Amino acid sequence: MADPITLTIDGKQVNVPAGTLVIEAAKQVGIEIPAFCYYEGFSLQAACRMCLVEVEKMPKLQPSCTLPAAEGMVIHTESPKVVDARKGMLEFLLTNHPLDCPVCDKGGECELQDMTFRYGAGESRFVEIKHHVDEKQWSPAVYYDAARCILCYRCIRVCDEGLGVGALGLTYRGVGAEITPSHGDHLECDECGWCIDVCPVGALTSGTYRYKSRPWEMNYAGTICTHCGDGCKTTLSVRNGEVIRANNRDRSGINDEFLCVKGRFGFDFVHSPERLQSPLMRRNGKLEPVSWSEAIGLVSDKFLEVAARGGSFGVIGSTRATNEESYFLQKFARQGLETNNIDHHRSGDVATLLDALSGKTKALATVNDLYTAKAALVVGADLAQQHPLLAYQLRANWRHHQSSTYVVSEGPVREDQYAAKSVRAAAGAELAALEGLREDLKKHGDLVILFGASVKGDAVRSLVAFGDSLGIPVTYVCLVDYSNSRGAMDMGVLPDLAPGYKAVDKPGMNIDEMLTSPTLDVLWVVGANPLEHTQLKNEKAFVVVQELFLTETAQRADVVFPAASAYEKSGTVTNVCGEVQRLKAGPKVMGAKPDLEIMGLLAKQMGLNLGIWTPDKVFEEIRRSVRGYNVALPVIATGGAAPTMPVNGRIPVSPRPDLIRPSGDTLFTSGTLGRYSRMLNKVMEAPGQLYKP
Amino acid sequence: MTFSPELEARFARLIENYPPGRQKGALIPMLLYAQDEIGSVTPELLAEVAKRLHVKQVEIEEVLGYYTMLTREPRGKHHIQVCTNVSCMLTGGEELYAHACKKLGIGNRQKTADGQFSLEEVECIGACSWAPAMLVNYDFHFNMTPEKLDSLIDSLRKMQ
Repeated sequence: MADPITLTIDGKQVNVPAGTLVIEAAKQVGIEIPAFCYYEGFSLQAACRMCLVEVEKMPKLQPSCTLPAAEGMVIHTESPKVVDARKGMLEFLLTNHPLDCPVCDKGGECELQDMTFRYGAGESRFVEIKHHVDEKQWSPAVYYDAARCILCYRCIRVCDEGLGVGALGLTYRGVGAEITPSHGDHLECDECGWCIDVCPVGALTSGTYRYKSRPWEMNYAGTICTHCGDGCKTTLSVRNGEVIRANNRDRSGINDEFLCVKGRFGFDFVHSPERLQSPLMRRNGKLEPVSWSEAIGLVSDKFLEVAARGGSFGVIGSTRATNEESYFLQKFARQGLETNNIDHHRSGDVATLLDALSGKTKALATVNDLYTAKAALVVGADLAQQHPLLAYQLRANWRHHQSSTYVVSEGPVREDQYAAKSVRAAAGAELAALEGLREDLKKHGDLVILFGASVKGDAVRSLVAFGDSLGIPVTYVCLVDYSNSRGAMDMGVLPDLAPGYKAVDKPGMNIDEMLTSPTLDVLWVVGANPLEHTQLKNEKAFVVVQELFLTETAQRADVVFPAASAYEKSGTVTNVCGEVQRLKAGPKVMGAKPDLEIMGLLAKQMGLNLGIWTPDKVFEEIRRSVRGYNVALPVIATGGAAPTMPVNGRIPVSPRPDLIRPSGDTLFTSGTLGRYSRMLNKVMEAPGQLYKP
Repeated sequence: MTFSPELEARFARLIENYPPGRQKGALIPMLLYAQDEIGSVTPELLAEVAKRLHVKQVEIEEVLGYYTMLTREPRGKHHIQVCTNVSCMLTGGEELYAHACKKLGIGNRQKTADGQFSLEEVECIGACSWAPAMLVNYDFHFNMTPEKLDSLIDSLRKMQ
């Protein structure tokens, strides 16, 4: 780092590295210089002139957002001259601004409102008729009101630089200048809605939130997005128990402000009219609503009866349930039902990776590592499509640190835009293509390797051997698809491995064996839809399902319990990089219970002693008994992400690469949840949905 | 889309004028020359230029919206631009423009039904010393009067 520079801002001395902008230097001594166009992490604009400051010995006011700090500078950020200039700027910005604050979504959290209040720019000399442009709808998610727009270019930059989409531009000039979408009257983009979040005024509004609430009338719950494995923090705005907005303006999670369309708009499945709100029991061939006690009683009796006669159980866990639920479920199966017939939908070969990394430390990359690594290699995955946060991190790393990204994929991917090298290789044949990149990969100081589901079984071992042979520090990310795919494996929702990847005495049936077993007596499915495309072989099997919706699996069930979604419960989840984060309950849906509670009630009814079934207590047990999960509680309690390494020794993997089946979800789909999200469906039907590399 | 060999040759020379990686700089001249040949900036032209210069289409939209000399609507065979900026205004530019409107029966940025004439009120065209001034396509006409405008338009009509 270059020599520090000392400067004085409002009488306070501050030391900053050379090249620091004055606006950033001021932040370090707690001075907020107002700015509309300046946005940390994106290119400089100097368009809004709000951040003007007085610098001694400089004749004119200077924009602090583009002014690098220099030795001995003396700066005044609130001198009468500066205040006057800002007041003048605000008067200009408000000339054509409609001042419809009482009905504007942004009212109460609007930067223009705050600045007008701060500088008391309440009077205007502008007496002409205001230039008015009608509001436009650009997509199901994004609306634009040009009259409110102050032309700060934030939306244009986050779209172009942050995501590499570049769907927004600025056209016309003077009073007629306005933001324009990529395709005439509509957007062709990822529909992530980040432009709406960064808008300092109410020019860009959200299809789910517009005209629904005032910001001070809502409760906020910072939880983890339940749509993919990346584990983005999403802050739900909840009004009267209903989620009406999701964003992450406080930059509290691993994802900073980034969210994709699913994180920002895909929450509406929670309030789908098709949510189950009462237990259902099959009577005369039809599923009918019954009371909780009746349903729990029936399932308990059935479980006890089958257990007593030594019948066979099959348990299918969830890729979206919390760690606590997965842990409790496998405990229920192994101790309560005395079976190892437990499995889940696997979407990546984490177990083989952890085994291949045995004895190594710091071998798993965190989400933040993708932003700081010198180079990254993406093997067999389309990150922008399936792991939007990881794609964003790699792009940000390239933008800010000039890191190198290498891609080996079947088809073109968006990372090609900036990749140092892109190689096309058929799925399953990616490793052969790696040799050609060996010399390139070696020259960087370190490397993160991300690999998709086409690399599994022995290919994972070969990949790790290839990484070892490079002679530089290499870390890995095994890409898994669902919000807690990783947690389900770590928690031992597997027929051959107990929590922490410990071997079990006698491996049970895997998911395929359960579904095709002619003698299975009970199938218990917690938050999964294994019968979506297949039939259960044993028609006589008693099927218990815990689910949000009447899925194909639930339709086959004898008893269905209405389960709460991840947004309605507490607990922890582990993301694709193995980082544990905490869920915080936001909305409420009447009638549904968290899976953990349903399992607890069932255990109680059956007279099993499986311990207390509150999330905190179960997590205590996980912390004590699962290696790597002994994380510092304050870290996750305050919304942080704690990295885990659940094992560091050989794992008795029984390789079943055939059971690893990627979800095939795209940016706009999210398995069962996506099917019930109106917004995701609307976005897919609109002409603007884009996925182009 | 294809252009005439002359225009292609011009594009080739134009692109060489810019250092590697800065070919984007050729955007405005390319659009102008192509517009002269085709008559307007059509969606196909927009896509073609975006492809050749490796810019996003929305970036070209930005340029198109900003510069009034670029047009999406085809203009008349004779595009008349009357200046009404300060020097011309003081010497009768506004009357000249009003007269042109009346004579041609069209308003600002409109085209006559036969497609022969289009009219535009423009800002300074850099001919203040000979105000009021106007342009027909790329030709200047100086010290204009409504009478001179009449005979000019009549002679242009006869040309067809």
